[in-house]
Amino acid sequence: MAIRSACLSLGIVLALALAGPAQAESGSGKVETQKWSFGGFFGTFDRAQLQRGFQIVKENCAACHSLEYVYFRNLGEPGGPEFSLEEVKALAADVEVIDGPDEAGDMFERPGLPSDLMPSPFANDNAARASNGGAMPPDLSVIAKSRTYKRGFPNWLFDLFTGYQEQGADYLYALLIGYNEAPAEFNLLEGLSYNTVFPGHQIAMPSPLFEDGVEFNDGTKASVEQMSRDVSAFLMWAAEPHLEARKRMGFQVIIFLIIFAGLFYATKKKIWSRVKH
Amino acid sequence: MSGQSTYTPGSGFARWFDERLPIMRLMHDSFVDFPNPRNLNYWWTFGGILSFLLVTQIITGIILAMHYTPHVDFAFGSVERIMRNVNYGWLIRYSHSVGASMFFLAVYIHMGRGLYYGSYKAPREILWILGVIIYLLMMATAFMGYVLPWGQMSFWGATVITNLFSAIPLIGTGVTEWLWGGFAIDNPTLNRFFSLHYLLPFMIVGVVILHIWALHVPGSNNPTGVSVKDKEDTLPFHPYYTVKDGFAVVVFMILFAYFIFFNPNILGDAVNYVPADPLSTPPHIVPEWYLLPFYAILRAIPDKLGGVVAMFGSIAVLAMLPWLDRSKVRSAVFRPIYKQFFWIFIIVFLILGYLGSQPPEGWYLLISRIATAWYFAHFFLILPLIGLLETPRPLPESITKSVLGSAAGGAPSGSAASPETKG
Ligand code: HEC
Ligand code: HEM
Repeated sequence: MAIRSACLSLGIVLALALAGPAQAESGSGKVETQKWSFGGFFGTFDRAQLQRGFQIVKENCAACHSLEYVYFRNLGEPGGPEFSLEEVKALAADVEVIDGPDEAGDMFERPGLPSDLMPSPFANDNAARASNGGAMPPDLSVIAKSRTYKRGFPNWLFDLFTGYQEQGADYLYALLIGYNEAPAEFNLLEGLSYNTVFPGHQIAMPSPLFEDGVEFNDGTKASVEQMSRDVSAFLMWAAEPHLEARKRMGFQVIIFLIIFAGLFYATKKKIWSRVKH
Repeated sequence: MSGQSTYTPGSGFARWFDERLPIMRLMHDSFVDFPNPRNLNYWWTFGGILSFLLVTQIITGIILAMHYTPHVDFAFGSVERIMRNVNYGWLIRYSHSVGASMFFLAVYIHMGRGLYYGSYKAPREILWILGVIIYLLMMATAFMGYVLPWGQMSFWGATVITNLFSAIPLIGTGVTEWLWGGFAIDNPTLNRFFSLHYLLPFMIVGVVILHIWALHVPGSNNPTGVSVKDKEDTLPFHPYYTVKDGFAVVVFMILFAYFIFFNPNILGDAVNYVPADPLSTPPHIVPEWYLLPFYAILRAIPDKLGGVVAMFGSIAVLAMLPWLDRSKVRSAVFRPIYKQFFWIFIIVFLILGYLGSQPPEGWYLLISRIATAWYFAHFFLILPLIGLLETPRPLPESITKSVLGSAAGGAPSGSAASPETKG
């Protein structure tokens, strides 16, 4: 019995240890779980949303951020924004890329092709820093997978089995709508902005989004919330361009495995029915 | 269980071949006709699951290596290109990274099974020690593999772990620089880690072969822990255990597939999608989940060298287990006190795992010290003591008796004798 109660008290200690951080987390700016069309087991991207998201990146974020692993052709591929081939060609041709060397050994500029990577706004990291008060605007290609937030107990345990993988998109959305006046007692450094969810609360990126900062072709109102949501969805796609194919294949594989396991079990039962065990 | 071979070549060619290289005979005797206790439960299927996972890791790894570039400037980008531009590259890469986690999940269950049923005791000590060696090689392989994508956690994890060697008195710094191939973690480090990450899995294969060889001398232990006494106690490996292991592998694949397709990144750290940057240290450096308990032990000790010794000691002590446990009874089923301490040990291990993911301060530090002390006390104090003090429950006379109940004593129904002719 002494052992039982030792077990019990260890269990309590464990529960306390796990509950602690979850509570501590909830004071400062909290990232809320959002509903995304690409969440869940059967989620797919919303094409119109990704197209709007791309427009925001192109007209706004791309002034400072690169998207170094994304090709223009990706924008037309299944499972993404699915721009038409014509649109992809036009989008690519909008930018000048440096190619070469030509036969004379000189580098030259030419209009972009769908097979080109998206160009970076700065020649190198130092140039990027120099233009941004010493801070480096990170590449956005995998940003949606590289950011997360503390889920606390018991959420992290449930997340293992609910297929929750939108931590990054939730964080990005919260970051982009998270620009606020700094509280009076907060000591904000020159040139930085206050943000409720950014670690340390002061960020070198000024609030990038303004009401009606872009004009959407599909008539969607460009509120800060709407743009934040659209650009976060786009960045999730940019980080995980095969998400739809992955979930679709996963469904097929799991159905197959369940049937296979059922048949295997029946076979096993039949064979083992020959002996007592 | 190494008895007479029952292999009969099926054709003239097979006989000709058998006289020159009896490999088919070896296969037949090891995986078809091999006598296994008839009462093995599903905890015994994890060996098969681990074999499946080892092969999966090697196949996916070889394909990754065809596309991967071991260079500090290109490694991160080459992994991203695998994920984006290589046909089904995302599937290969996620299978490999999730596969590493599944490998450790399975090996922990496999080792837990050994602890519970006393599979490390005579005559299986060598078998057990080979297992501990495989586990060490797996940790080294996974650690070096995790460095390859050259993300922030790759870099800083490698920094923390390689720095441990600098705790060795006198030669520590020299050893660390020798491991790095320079004065810091850099391209030479990444190159040698890639080379070794490719090599070690094949060493694991070698030790696994020895492990199975050492298993086939005494044969498998079983849930009663009572040794096999005669043929009635066993069933031929094929078809009984091929079908049971096969079924278990398929069920395990469902879990594996769930993570690959529906949550491929949850078992890893998001920070590893940030390219390595030697100038910016992430706020929390944590290893992958499967190494956390040992990381907690490392940090529980206030002294650096002491921490390193405790961490390696916590694995080395496993190899001494066959001599620390003084009880003659194998299975915890018949050891009422050991059984309770077994479960406490599992809880302590899980607590250590949790603490490994938390900063080493305040309560966390205090509890990790208590848990570390308990971890060692379990092996050096508790096990030897219960071996002396415990009164085990009466053991069944034989495996067959325990399966059929006392009513069926004597020769069990002919069923067990016939299977050799079937299948
Ligand atoms: C004026 C230049 C500029 C523009 C325009 C800009 N950013 Fe940034 N961004 C930065 C800088 C600089 C940082 C680095 C901030 C820091 O480290 O404090 C940054 C950081 C970020 C981060 C990383 C935050 C983190 O958690 O570390 C994200 C995500 C981001 N930007 C997204 C965007 C998006 C989306 C847009 C377009 C809507 C955008 N940025 C437009 C300059 C810019
Ligand atoms: C014992 C079996 C193995 C284990 C436990 C293992 C483990 C790992 C781990 C944990 C990673 C990092 C995954 C990530 O974060 O992306 C990795 C990466 C890698 N492994 Fe292995 N591995 C094994 C076998 C192999 C083999 C046999 C090869 C090839 C010959 C290989 C090639 C690679 C390559 C090229 C990478 C880098 C690509 C990537 O990060 O996805 N692995 N491995």
